[in-house]
Amino acid sequence: MADYLTTLCLIVVLAPLTGSMLAGLFGSALGRAGAHWVTIIGVAIATLASALVFKAQVFDGAAVLNVNLYEWAALGGISFNIGFLVDSLTATMMLVVTFVSWMIHVYTIGYMHDDPGYQRFFSYISLFTFAMLMLIMANNFLQLFFGWEAVGLVSYLLIGFWFKRESAIFANMKAFLVNRVGDFGFLIGIAAILFYTGSLNYTTVFAVVPSLTGTTINVFGNADWSVLSFICIALFIGAMGKSAQVPLHVWLPDSMEGPTPISALIHAATMVTAGIFMVARMSPLFELSEAALTFILVIGATTALFMGLLGVVQHDIKRVIAYSTLSQLGYMTVALGASAYSAAIFHLVTHAFFKALLFLGAGSVIIALHHEQDMRRMGRLSRFMPFTWLTMLAGTLALVGFPGTSGFFSKDAIIEAVHLSELPGAGYAYFCVLAGVFITSLYSFRLLFLVFHGRDNVDSHAKGHLFESPPVVVLPLLILAVPSLLLGLVAIGPLLFGGYFADAIHVAPAHDVLARLGEDYHGVLGFMLHGLMTPPLWLAVAGFIVAWYCYQLRPELPGRIAAASGGLYRLLLNKYGFDDFNQAVFARGARGLGGLLWRIGDVRLIDGLIVNGSANSVRRFSGLIRHAQSGFLYHYAFAMIVGLVLLLALFVQDWPALLAQYGLMQPR
Amino acid sequence: MSIDNLSLLLPEIALLTLACATLMVDIFSNDPKHGPGYWLAQLTLLVTAVLVLVTYTGDSQYAMAGMFVSDAMSGLLKFAICIISLFALFYSREYLLRHDIIKGEYFVLGLFAVLGMLVMVSANNLLTVYLGLELLSLSLYAMVAIHRDSSSASEAAIKYFVLGAIASGMLLYGISILYGVTGSLELGAVAQVLEGQSDYPTLAIFGLVFVLIGVAFKLGAVPFHMWLPDVYQGAPTAVTLFIGSAPKLAAFAMAIRLLVDGLGPLLPDWQQMLMILAVLSMATGNLIAIAQTNIKRMLAYSTIAHIGFLLLGLVAGNAGGYAGAMFYVITYALMSMGGFAMIILLGRKGAEADQLDDFSGLAERSPWLAFLMLILMFSMAGIPPFLGFWAKWFVLREVIQAGFVWIALLAVAFAIVGAFYYLRVVKLMYFDEPREPDEPQCSTPLRTVLSVNGLSLLLLGLSPGLLMSLCMAAFSP
Repeated sequence: MADYLTTLCLIVVLAPLTGSMLAGLFGSALGRAGAHWVTIIGVAIATLASALVFKAQVFDGAAVLNVNLYEWAALGGISFNIGFLVDSLTATMMLVVTFVSWMIHVYTIGYMHDDPGYQRFFSYISLFTFAMLMLIMANNFLQLFFGWEAVGLVSYLLIGFWFKRESAIFANMKAFLVNRVGDFGFLIGIAAILFYTGSLNYTTVFAVVPSLTGTTINVFGNADWSVLSFICIALFIGAMGKSAQVPLHVWLPDSMEGPTPISALIHAATMVTAGIFMVARMSPLFELSEAALTFILVIGATTALFMGLLGVVQHDIKRVIAYSTLSQLGYMTVALGASAYSAAIFHLVTHAFFKALLFLGAGSVIIALHHEQDMRRMGRLSRFMPFTWLTMLAGTLALVGFPGTSGFFSKDAIIEAVHLSELPGAGYAYFCVLAGVFITSLYSFRLLFLVFHGRDNVDSHAKGHLFESPPVVVLPLLILAVPSLLLGLVAIGPLLFGGYFADAIHVAPAHDVLARLGEDYHGVLGFMLHGLMTPPLWLAVAGFIVAWYCYQLRPELPGRIAAASGGLYRLLLNKYGFDDFNQAVFARGARGLGGLLWRIGDVRLIDGLIVNGSANSVRRFSGLIRHAQSGFLYHYAFAMIVGLVLLLALFVQDWPALLAQYGLMQPR
Repeated sequence: MSIDNLSLLLPEIALLTLACATLMVDIFSNDPKHGPGYWLAQLTLLVTAVLVLVTYTGDSQYAMAGMFVSDAMSGLLKFAICIISLFALFYSREYLLRHDIIKGEYFVLGLFAVLGMLVMVSANNLLTVYLGLELLSLSLYAMVAIHRDSSSASEAAIKYFVLGAIASGMLLYGISILYGVTGSLELGAVAQVLEGQSDYPTLAIFGLVFVLIGVAFKLGAVPFHMWLPDVYQGAPTAVTLFIGSAPKLAAFAMAIRLLVDGLGPLLPDWQQMLMILAVLSMATGNLIAIAQTNIKRMLAYSTIAHIGFLLLGLVAGNAGGYAGAMFYVITYALMSMGGFAMIILLGRKGAEADQLDDFSGLAERSPWLAFLMLILMFSMAGIPPFLGFWAKWFVLREVIQAGFVWIALLAVAFAIVGAFYYLRVVKLMYFDEPREPDEPQCSTPLRTVLSVNGLSLLLLGLSPGLLMSLCMAAFSP
């Protein structure tokens, strides 16, 4: 069984890599169709193999697979291995990642149809799939970090895919730099783990960490920190970068400069959830530090509410969804903070489907309108694009948590879990996630009304070419709509309350909010009925009504509200000033400092004084002493005599004795 | 110790016999190109090299009543001298033919010079050292003057001769003092006597200074280097090439024989003297080389700087240091030979390519030659992975291990200064406009041999372990 699983896992990882290499290195030889076939087949094989792994793990109850494939390096008694850890958590993630990736590969054929970088694009997204799989299947921190950085790299490459656009280059630079900040924390966390446990292997580390409770370190000044809190917060800072939590979220909205399939695959469904996955994977670690959990809870709650608010004022269709992603990532983070890891992963999975669906739907609209992304120039598209409209509607319902859709179950579970949490800050978090529901509903339906209903603002030129998108675009939408709507119904029971993640996620009894929730859980129907009586549903309905009133009935109203609210509106439009602040302080500061060091350190000191200065003095000196070589024989002989005399003077110290030996002086 | 064991001298005896034969053959052949003499000379060197290999045992064995020693170091150095001289004579002939100054005596003199070197390498007696040195020097004086019509060559020969005579005189004076102090001329015995006296007489140090000057002159260490630039520039390039290669190996052997074998007990004293000479040499050589526009003269100063580096190995004062110095001197001989060969190759009848400008735009005229020159220059500058890097690395490692960190730092600093003029040649070749557009003319053999010479620096540099272990073995007891 173990060998069978290992082989499958190898196939899962290597098939996309092979596809990527073929498309990337031999893209011009393969041609456009060749490139999309090799990568799609590669990912399809990976999906199939993932499904088999999933079946073995989840349905056949295979033991947890933990193998080291080979030792990459051994340094000072620590061995760095490449290996797999496959349990229910990994298997679930594998299936989600490969499946969504597969759908997006197919969709890309339509979306990137006329792009000159077609092969390059397929190579990148397959490479991304490989990297993401390496990340989730790792059994040690080093491989995790490899996958972490590799997905970051591909994200960087893809945000700047249209590298001739100034804004795309700015965005990918920004994503890269902001992620550096997070990765710095992550690396410190990993280093601390290695330092304190002497290993990078998950199993070993998790076995050792309980003994670290009570150990403290001195980070700043005299404040003693619990080592575990320090490690957990450092790791979570990495997650904040990758999963775009406040204040390291600034890169994600800008990443929408990349092609839409990327926004769906990387910046909504998979890569940005790496942080969530990582924290869930490290649950034995995080459970030991309430400080870290509280920190996570607060950060997540803040992200969930305040990033959602920004979605309300955006005009770019992709940016609205991007802010929605930020907000939903906040929900997942809150769940992590409340120790409801299973709920976080559950939401991660459902979100992957419906957010990919929403992005691809948005992409479909964008294709139809010839790369127009401004919602103020859309409207009443439901007549032209019925499939896109219907599937987007399904995605929206799942996002706002309409009872019965997958999003309803996962989001409700999170809200209930936060309600039950007893950590400090849980009250604030509960308020945020509740208010977030209203906001989510508001911006989601706003998008739907502005794009598909309301007033027809499409310019007449574009209208002539308005058609439903081709089948390669619509098919993935339809396929993704299925799990978006139905997954929750089948999955909630086992996933949250059935001990599904028992082998992967560890929750301290004191924090186990899901267990308490489970006591009141009596099947799907009961959960839904209960949902009807709780505030989230009514908040969502309120959001729908407000959106309907403002954008369908009285479309002139939002403008008036915006004008009346003045400062508040501007604050939202400026995204709370995070970007301006970073630009002014960090970007300009760093460049100013760099410029200063360059002018004074490099130009003046190093170049001026050391390099040119020494060169000049050497040249002057060498010009001077070459005159000693006069060409006269007697000068040369004289130099030899001088050398002789100097050596004699320096080394023969006892002259009287010497002269006495020659009989020239009386011995003393 | 007896007069027997003559078999140890087999290489020298064969060389002497064949050199005489070469002289006769050349006199009686009337080939204007002196082909028979040349080929016999090459054959002689080859035979000698083979005999060196055949008689090599690795143990120290004595012959001629202790006048002559054959050990691991002598074996390796003799072999290297023969092979390098073989190359040198090949290059020389190309030059002499091209400039129409070929004479049969040249090869005979070369063979006698090689014989002198071999005697120096195997000397175990103060007088044997002197004998070998004189045989080598007199041959070289004559070779410098081989082109009698050239005033600059004659001038160089006279300078070399007069200064060399002074240095020989000093060496001989030092030897006489040492004989007076120790009552022996045999190196081992000298060392034994000095070792016995914990408080060795001042007179011994007095003698040491003179002996050391003899060594320093032969190597060309500052301030006994003044002959070197003038001779290198004034002599025909073929002769410069010859002087700059194998004789340095012999001079190194002389230093080891005299200072280590004979005056080992005075190590603390000559160590400090060499330190001064080494620093002065590296400073002067590198700094003045920058100001040169004549590449032969530039390489002369570069030689002085290399000699400084080589002396550092001796300064380390242990087997590792000597091995490092030996590695360095062999490397140097290969690099220097290649450098001068390139000048020979680029020159034409009546016009030597000895100005830096002659290298401008060489990459456009002949990419391969420019690449070879790039290897040579990079190697001289000590850039990895070329052999020159390992030579510097080896010596520096030993110097640091011996505890002279500051002197190693100084050496590195001067090496950086030195990199300037080597890289300038590369810059001229690759970034400047050629002064003449046509490809340099050269015979295929010359091109091939020079390629072998240049690539050897790359190949040996890629696996420096072989030469390194040979050098280590030469000094391990």
